[in-house]
Amino acid sequence: MSADIAKLENIAKQVRRDIVRMVHGCQSGHPGGSLGCADFFVALYFHQMEHNPKFNLDGIGEDIFFLSNGHISPVFYSTLARAGYFDKSELATFRKIDSRLQGHPTTHEHLPGIRVASGSLGQGLSVAIGASRAKKLNNDDKLVYVLMGDGELQEGQVWEAAMYAPHNKVDNLIATIDLNGQQIDGPTERVLSLGNLKAKWEAFGWDVLEAKGNDMAQLTETLAEAKSRTGKGKPVMILMHTEMGYGVDFMMGSHKWHGVAPNDEQLAAALVQLEETLGDY
Amino acid sequence: MKKYTYTDKKDTRSGFGAGLHEVGQKNSDVVALCADLVGSLKMDAFIKDFPERFFQIGIAEANMMGIAAGLTIGGKIPYTGTFANFSTGRVYDQIRQSIAYSGKNVKICASHAGLTLGEDGATHQILEDIGLMKMLPGMTVINPCDYNQTKAATIAIAEHDGPVYLRFGRPVVPIFTDPNQKFEIGKAWMVNEGSDVTIIATGHLVWEAIQAGEQLATLGIDAEIINIHTIKPLDEEAILKSVAKTGCVVTAEEHNRLGGLGDSVAQVLVKNNPAPQEYVAVNDSFGESGTPAQLMEKYGLNAASIVSAAQKVIKRK
Repeated sequence: MSADIAKLENIAKQVRRDIVRMVHGCQSGHPGGSLGCADFFVALYFHQMEHNPKFNLDGIGEDIFFLSNGHISPVFYSTLARAGYFDKSELATFRKIDSRLQGHPTTHEHLPGIRVASGSLGQGLSVAIGASRAKKLNNDDKLVYVLMGDGELQEGQVWEAAMYAPHNKVDNLIATIDLNGQQIDGPTERVLSLGNLKAKWEAFGWDVLEAKGNDMAQLTETLAEAKSRTGKGKPVMILMHTEMGYGVDFMMGSHKWHGVAPNDEQLAAALVQLEETLGDY
Repeated sequence: MKKYTYTDKKDTRSGFGAGLHEVGQKNSDVVALCADLVGSLKMDAFIKDFPERFFQIGIAEANMMGIAAGLTIGGKIPYTGTFANFSTGRVYDQIRQSIAYSGKNVKICASHAGLTLGEDGATHQILEDIGLMKMLPGMTVINPCDYNQTKAATIAIAEHDGPVYLRFGRPVVPIFTDPNQKFEIGKAWMVNEGSDVTIIATGHLVWEAIQAGEQLATLGIDAEIINIHTIKPLDEEAILKSVAKTGCVVTAEEHNRLGGLGDSVAQVLVKNNPAPQEYVAVNDSFGESGTPAQLMEKYGLNAASIVSAAQKVIKRK
């Protein structure tokens, strides 16, 4: 394993600790999807993206990221804090009164790193397409990234956007879908099957890659490959297979930890599995 | 009664089209989006001169609102164009989260509002849009009254940093406002000073209010007529000053009486100076097919309705 991968994995461990502690601290929030996407966020913000933690909302001349499935805000907030957008001590305010770290991300409280509110699902891909088009109008050659959940694909707006981007050659956009196969009411296959997503997105005209989302080496490689495919007339999609709750054994393999906070005992059991690598907030 | 005349009639949506083209020339950050209604929204001139700044979205209004929100990130000023029904009710959550709550500088431009859409019927005749939009925190709501005012408003909103709902319509109506007017968001226009009753009108009902004022004058009633083109933020000072003088008010709008201009005025009066008020508005119903004039008569939204309402409210003083 290269030193770089080891370093990224170390950061992801701390992000996972932050997630569990934040959700425990307010006894609410969404640990499952957040844990599953910790590797992706760390790979994006500490390896892939050219971005400036001295935040400017317009993001001109830098890569920008949108989170469409806003309920996994704990992983977003922890990553932003660890990347220097704001002090990590603020993570303790998550979901509490007068906090900038609202339950779902918002620009309303002016938290650095957030460029649009999300939470009501299905809207992020459209916003990312708009930002991609603004970058082209501004002759800005940096990229736009967006993450969606898999359950979120049941929203119709996603498919409006899916149709628009290839037709208009929005090729400065890398979208990722977190395929953990779970949603609130159970496995997506049981709630409303998504079918063959690779075939679907390819049929819509996207350049589709697949990756294991909890394998840092493969994830960084796939992200690099995705970047190399931009600027070629097609939007790029990464189907990212993750495990909900990854890193905490009793939170894995089920939808039950989608939106439930651990109690004191469960927190202790989780933290034993997650090494403190960068210092807790 | 001050005399208002006109030499030409045009639709307010053409005022939007002309304003969009002019603001596009003035400001290179202005971009336009449309959901398959370019002709209806009169966007052709903008598209011809600024093709790289126009985005045809197709019949996908939710996606259009999201793309508009995204275009602001990087400094663009997006104007979205579709019918009022598809600009509001169909995409309320997209506007609420991605535009209003996110504080995005999107101009939601909505044609074919209200009953005067005519023959297409109730599926397209939204009468709830002002209410929907004014309830969103931070949203500015504008409903201009003729071609010139719509054109001026379309140009002016580019200078306002924040989301705007601009409502206009399909029918050809008299052009009676100044072609060189300076449009000031949130500032009422005193159409006629009077002392017996205040008539507060918006959109297509302003011309009807002027006709009503002339008829009332022949009956010896001196009506003060105010054009509220900006329903939010509301010019409370102008309303209170007028009602302090006249002691009663008629509000007139092409909208459901629930949640429109009338309710906004009533709230101001209840808090500051309770006074009798009559509503000229649609009485909590959907519309139907018919010509604009037939519909405005059937649903009580014309000069005759304003005259009756004024006579009634004066008796309640």
